[in-house]
Amino acid sequence: MSGQETKTFVVTRFDPDRDEAPRTQEYEVPVRDDWKVLDALNYIKDEIDPTLSHRWSCRMAVCGSCGMQVNGEPKLTCKTSLKDYGARVEVGPLANFPIVRDLVIEMEGFMERLQAVKPWIIEAKEAAAREGPHRQTPEQLDAFKQYSMCINCMLCYAACPVVANEPHFLGPAALALGHRYNQDSRDAGAPERHDVFRGEGGVFSCSYANECSEVCPKNVDPAKAIQQAKLLNVLDWAQSFVVSRGGK
Amino acid sequence: MVEVLRHDVVIVGGGGAGLRAAIAAVEADPKASVALVSKVYPMRSHTVSAEGGAAAVARADDSLEMHGYDTVKGSDFLGDQDHIRYFVEQAPRELTRLEHWGCPWSRNEDGTVATRAFGGMTTKRTWYAADKVGFHMLHSLFQHSLRFDRIVRYDEYFVTKLLVDGGRVHGVAALDVREGVVRAFLGRAVILATGGAGKCFPFTTNGNIKTGDGMALAYREGVPLKDMEFVQYHPTGLPGTGILITEASRGEGGYVRNKDGERFLVTRDYGVGTKAELGPRDMISRAMMRETAAGRGVQGPYGEHVWLDLTHLGEERIDSRLPFVRELAKTYANVDPVYQPIPIRPVLHYMMGGVDVNIDGATSVPGLYAAGETACGTINGANRLGSNSLTECLVFGARAGAHAVHYARGAAAPDEVRARAQAEDEAARIDGVRGAALGDEPMSRVRADMHATMEAGCGVYREQASMQRACKELAELKERGKRIRLADRSKVFNTEIVAALELWNMLEIAEAIAYAAAARKESRGAHACSDYPARNDAEYLHHSLVIRGGDGRPRLDKKPVTLGIWEPEERKY
Repeated sequence: MSGQETKTFVVTRFDPDRDEAPRTQEYEVPVRDDWKVLDALNYIKDEIDPTLSHRWSCRMAVCGSCGMQVNGEPKLTCKTSLKDYGARVEVGPLANFPIVRDLVIEMEGFMERLQAVKPWIIEAKEAAAREGPHRQTPEQLDAFKQYSMCINCMLCYAACPVVANEPHFLGPAALALGHRYNQDSRDAGAPERHDVFRGEGGVFSCSYANECSEVCPKNVDPAKAIQQAKLLNVLDWAQSFVVSRGGK
Repeated sequence: MVEVLRHDVVIVGGGGAGLRAAIAAVEADPKASVALVSKVYPMRSHTVSAEGGAAAVARADDSLEMHGYDTVKGSDFLGDQDHIRYFVEQAPRELTRLEHWGCPWSRNEDGTVATRAFGGMTTKRTWYAADKVGFHMLHSLFQHSLRFDRIVRYDEYFVTKLLVDGGRVHGVAALDVREGVVRAFLGRAVILATGGAGKCFPFTTNGNIKTGDGMALAYREGVPLKDMEFVQYHPTGLPGTGILITEASRGEGGYVRNKDGERFLVTRDYGVGTKAELGPRDMISRAMMRETAAGRGVQGPYGEHVWLDLTHLGEERIDSRLPFVRELAKTYANVDPVYQPIPIRPVLHYMMGGVDVNIDGATSVPGLYAAGETACGTINGANRLGSNSLTECLVFGARAGAHAVHYARGAAAPDEVRARAQAEDEAARIDGVRGAALGDEPMSRVRADMHATMEAGCGVYREQASMQRACKELAELKERGKRIRLADRSKVFNTEIVAALELWNMLEIAEAIAYAAAARKESRGAHACSDYPARNDAEYLHHSLVIRGGDGRPRLDKKPVTLGIWEPEERKY
């Protein structure tokens, strides 16, 4: 069950105080056959090179901290088995993000995008706790549940060709989360999210490459969310046109 | 010169309790400015890993009295009954508020919130969102908190010291991990909400960030830690990694079996009676240990284990109620629970003990509050019931937030000159440690030895000799901890110095756990002593306190338990 072999890890290193540009460093790691990529990084940190910086915490694929490029693909390193890789494994920071240091990326751009879609319940009338929970049928829950599964791991941003080229694009996770609230039967905030969804960097920037959904470790399917949102916005636009023409 | 940031309330930690406290504070005082200082982005907080549910009375066949009694009995009568009564009263309101804030609770066909069975609970009162309850609660709270511009986040700031002046707290000093500099956060009240300290142990469900930081911050300022001997082993962790397989898997009908396929919680007398797999965690963990000790465990690559069998539940139920369990079992144990049993063993999960607080979350230092796993109020006593802790984060996080902001309104402003001077000293200390060869030993070796000491001394079963040995070894480990060899001199995102500061926090907490454990010569709840197997109310029906002496060594004291509603009785199911 627990055989050992040695693999070579080619790890991106970058310290902005010392390095002009990112470089790579190689480490030989004796790995167990049930190890994930993260186990090898922690081995390097503890046993070989304490100066390596990477983020991680839950090691069970739910906190979203440990996204990195593994052999060029965005992966959650705690969920990525080493047995699926050969003798050389390249580990780098997630693509399409500025590097803070080594394997640590700049998250602030995402935090601003998340804030922009107003990812909270906007009620028509605020309910008091004494009124008890809203009713929401299983079908109503299913309308948004998948989109509420996002762990903010940033893999979809690293995979998205639009993110790479368009600096204003809100990106898959933020748009899927905004759409999640629009689809929630308890929410009446779609008009407040309307401008950000339709504006520059909104849903119509998406070219439907579907890369986001392919790399998502939680099957959120942000591409589907964005396509649904596009359709709703087109219908919304058509309806407003009809209403405004026929209104007065 | 250290930069000074000014707020009314400073909250340390951005998980369930910290976020709830922040929201309560800005709701209670429309002018208050709240700093939310967290060593990780809030949505990385360990609340995210909770799976099974949050308890609150919701059904016609349930009552506050029953939830209260179950909790008191689960605590082996060491819970404070006034706190427990308040907790069960507030629980439905808090879970309802979370529903209003968007938490995607699972539903019955008629649209009402669904509830499931949980260990030690008389009826179905655990609200759930499939088996990702902590994840959904955390993201709902975090996303809701984004609408308040008076909650000012400082993400990836590691708080290293409380600024205490004239016996009152005046803020915190925190290392900006990103920049590598220390800043002072002035506030007339501070709330500690940093979670527990599971990483003191080698085999734990806890994430890497659970290093007892808030407990250590308070302990160093003379605040007592309470009931630290009570650490909870969850019965169902994956061997090797310690990854949690939720109790909801038993709540949904899963069986625990030994190597012969026998449901030993049914066939043998382990004190859980007809509750069987839905007995409380302390008893089931002990039953599993006794099964393996009797030769009925299964030998695996990571030691002995037993089985959690969900195969009779069927694919549809597993996928609708326990999808995360299926994902975790496949990814981390290489078994599909639809077809195969899951290997499981008891794993360190939760600290019942923590910073001694009153019902408002207030500590003995004016202005200093604590909530969530960091605090010990206490509702959990000697053993927490599953699904009470997420609710606890909300109920007591909200109360601490409201009380802290109220206190801050009436308190004098911090003396900036003295607070800045303390922060300057802290900055100098951090600069002196960063990348310094304090000695010869690698940090990872001291950490590994601390782990071995805690596992040997404070496991599921303890005995005087092993606990005394742990106390002695921890004193040595603290000395060794001062002589570790650090190598990373970079200021930017230096995770080595964060890990060193975390190790020093853990060593303080580990020592407090071992001292409190050695002093309690009885068995109660999760504290099971082989040499004192019976509960002893005559001598030990009291909380234990550990206070850090001037020499850094723990000093023991005790405190009465608040009874008065439910009389102590033999804990038998």
